[in-house]
Amino acid sequence: MLKHYEISGTDFSAAGEASSNFKLILKQLGLPADIVRKVAISMYEAEINTVIHGGGGTCDAEISDKSIVISFNDNGPGIKDIDLAMKEGYSTATDTVRELGFGAGMGLPNMKKYADDLQIKTTPGKGTTVVLTINL
Amino acid sequence: MKVSELAKALDLKVITDKGFADREIKSCYVGDLLSWVMGRAGQDSVWITIMSNVNIVAVAALVDMACILLAEGVAIDEEVIKKADSQGIIILSTDKNSYEAAIAVHKAAAI
Ligand SMILES: Nc1ncnc2c1ncn2[C@@H]1O[C@H](COP(=O)(O)OP(=O)(O)OP(=O)(O)O)[C@@H](O)[C@H]1O
Ligand SMILES: [Mg+2]
Repeated sequence: MLKHYEISGTDFSAAGEASSNFKLILKQLGLPADIVRKVAISMYEAEINTVIHGGGGTCDAEISDKSIVISFNDNGPGIKDIDLAMKEGYSTATDTVRELGFGAGMGLPNMKKYADDLQIKTTPGKGTTVVLTINL
Repeated sequence: MKVSELAKALDLKVITDKGFADREIKSCYVGDLLSWVMGRAGQDSVWITIMSNVNIVAVAALVDMACILLAEGVAIDEEVIKKADSQGIIILSTDKNSYEAAIAVHKAAAI
């Protein structure tokens, strides 16, 4: 099963809608609660990053027999130093988004913790692709 | 303890739909940084926070929290209440600060 979502880079109030929608689908499919939780948390973090750092983009989620694979694509500024970005507490979030509660520098660490696999492909100035895999 | 019982015991204001589907409370988490809360709060928890923007609804829904408890009587927009109602998220409010609210939840719910 394939799902495609467009992620707005300007509408912060819609941030999280793709994750919320996909979580509902997983629940309706009767997937175990721990799997649903792993997907919900890691997907939300990737979605929010696509909004606040990537300037919006797309999300494609695929459910197969063995796993759930979710990829986020944006044409934003990219990540210069991935090792640094992966550190807990590292954030380049602006004051505006910090006031909304983002910018703890915990998004990528959460993805690493809750997804079974995390792949990041990024080119500074071009964009970022984040692929999350959750095994079933 | 159920959310409705907590609301009654602590004299909390129910900001979202008064006819909410009641649910059991299993734990409590205090925090305002969304990713921090996302990664640490458990499901069926009472989330005490002073953040009241629309993004709290998605966090509560995705973590499957029992309810959100806004501390310090913080103001909340109608748009946030509407979104919470559309997703079945219960938002309560208290004038207590987060520390006092957490103690009150602990005493009332024994969690
Ligand atoms: N899609 C992206 N495009 C560009 N930069 C990104 C992207 N995703 C992450 N980053 C960079 O990596 C940093 C760390 O990301 P992470 O999600 O861990 O924290 P955050 O988004 O800043 O804060 P939080 O997720 O806790 O709200 C970001 O501050 C940003 O500099
Ligand atoms: Mg983030």
